[in-house]
Amino acid sequence: MTSQAKIELNQLTKVFFKRNESVEAIKNISLTIDEGEFVCLLGPSGCGKTTLLRILAGLETPSTGNFQINQENADNPLQSMVFQERGVIPWMTVKDNVAFGLRMRHLPTRVIKERTAYYLKKVGLENFANLYPKELSGGMKQRVSIARAFANDPEILLMDEPFAALDEQNKFILQEELLNIWQETKKTVLFITHSIDEAMLLSDRILLMSAQPGQIIKEKKINLPRPRTMEDVRSNEEMAKEFVDIWQHLQTEVQGSRTQ
Amino acid sequence: MEKQRLTEYAVQVEKEEFKKRQRKAKFKQLLTISSPILVLMLWELLSRTALIDPRFFPPPTKILATLYQMGLSGEIFTHIEISLLRIFAGFLLGVIPAIIVGLLMGMYSPIRHFFSPLVMAFMPIPTLAMLPIILIIFGIGEFSKMVTIAISVFFPVVINTAAGVINIDNIYIDVAKNYGANAKDFFFKIALPGSLPVMLEGIQMGQAIALLTIVAAEMIGANSGIGYVIWMNYKAFLLPQMYVGLVLISFFGYLFSLIIRGLQSKLIPWK
Ligand SMILES: Nc1ncnc2c1ncn2[C@@H]1O[C@H](COP(=O)(O)OP(=O)(O)OP(=O)(O)O)[C@@H](O)[C@H]1O
Ligand SMILES: [Mg+2]
Repeated sequence: MTSQAKIELNQLTKVFFKRNESVEAIKNISLTIDEGEFVCLLGPSGCGKTTLLRILAGLETPSTGNFQINQENADNPLQSMVFQERGVIPWMTVKDNVAFGLRMRHLPTRVIKERTAYYLKKVGLENFANLYPKELSGGMKQRVSIARAFANDPEILLMDEPFAALDEQNKFILQEELLNIWQETKKTVLFITHSIDEAMLLSDRILLMSAQPGQIIKEKKINLPRPRTMEDVRSNEEMAKEFVDIWQHLQTEVQGSRTQ
Repeated sequence: MEKQRLTEYAVQVEKEEFKKRQRKAKFKQLLTISSPILVLMLWELLSRTALIDPRFFPPPTKILATLYQMGLSGEIFTHIEISLLRIFAGFLLGVIPAIIVGLLMGMYSPIRHFFSPLVMAFMPIPTLAMLPIILIIFGIGEFSKMVTIAISVFFPVVINTAAGVINIDNIYIDVAKNYGANAKDFFFKIALPGSLPVMLEGIQMGQAIALLTIVAAEMIGANSGIGYVIWMNYKAFLLPQMYVGLVLISFFGYLFSLIIRGLQSKLIPWK
């Protein structure tokens, strides 16, 4: 595999400071993510996953260190984020939500229409284009969020537990839909999750984080052939071993942070 | 077969339930219209039997008849027209800057910190108490009356608009930032629609205050308008005519509320 670095993080550290209290959210994180790679970030609650993603999304500045997203096409935005369920804007219709990024970039109306229609169809919402989010189920809202990010055609995609609020059934369906779209576009993805299953299903590589302050303590390559299904992951013995291994890692991290 | 019957039965039950709900809704509607009618009837009765002094409280039918007469002579319409014009122009003169300043205050905290002491200091002053100053600055013409209304409308709208923007969920602001919204897009696509529900509450309040202010202002310093009709007829002891003025105020107040409610459901279909 000829791999090319897409995202490079160089000793990123973020400290939140309030009055006389400071929280070190992430500490000295260096890592490289390759072009087209799907990477999952897995770690105990409060270890700084969201912080890391928000830094890459330009919503937070690092205290020290830096990062770089290598741009291939100067017309494309660097990154787009898939937010949690509440990230769909309630005063815009489904269509306008999906078109949001394109509108903000002031692309020609024809292009906006085309791409919006394409991704609405991809996520199966073409018949719901003119509804407002309040009329959608949780799963449909997440589809809107995903379509909005892909339609924007960014260099990389950032996702912060996009399926966390969904029920199991919907989660499976959306995971597969996401994989389908991703396989077609081959975007570089950084995906946060709490679910080991989800990480093994989606990713090429899993990064395990320590408890706060968040550092990357281990990484695992997932070599299952694609396209994958959840049954593949569950029935694979090696994956079962990996699951236990990751599970134990997270357990020790959580316990370690408790006894501190 | 058995199942079929069961379903039919279930439908029957729900049908009854539905009818019951409808009856309840009808009853509530009846209650809503019955209270004003009841009060009017009681008033009519007490006045006609002279249990309350009909010179001070003429029966509603007489007030209506007076309204009809005043309408025939056409004189009342000029007063209505002039009051409505003042309200309308003054309202716009207050609401438009209030929305702009409110949005800016909500969006940019330096602007908020700069303006909020001014707003807080001027808000508690009843606009009517400022009428002398307004008259000094703008003279006694129509414009000073519009300014009076504009000032009284300005405060509830500016405060609600700023609060509306501040209360927009942070996540939508993050979404806008992440997708590269510039200041203008942020203003029109996020701040304006996001603050609209709370802003419209402020406009509803402003509308009520505008009516209050115009009547009071016309009672103090005008020779036309509905407030003037009330005051002059009171002084001339033509009480039915005075009541006509009150009825008109009540009518327009109700009408404006309805219009703004209608606007609300038109402008925020996503709620
Ligand atoms: N704006 C902020 N101000 C102060 N502290 C913050 C801020 N944002 C995050 N933190 C702190 O930084 C740490 C990491 O938070 P972060 O949200 O990144 O964790 P996370 O790994 O995403 O957790 P979870 O899995 O629960 O979503 C936490 O201790 C949190 O309290
Ligand atoms: Mg998080």
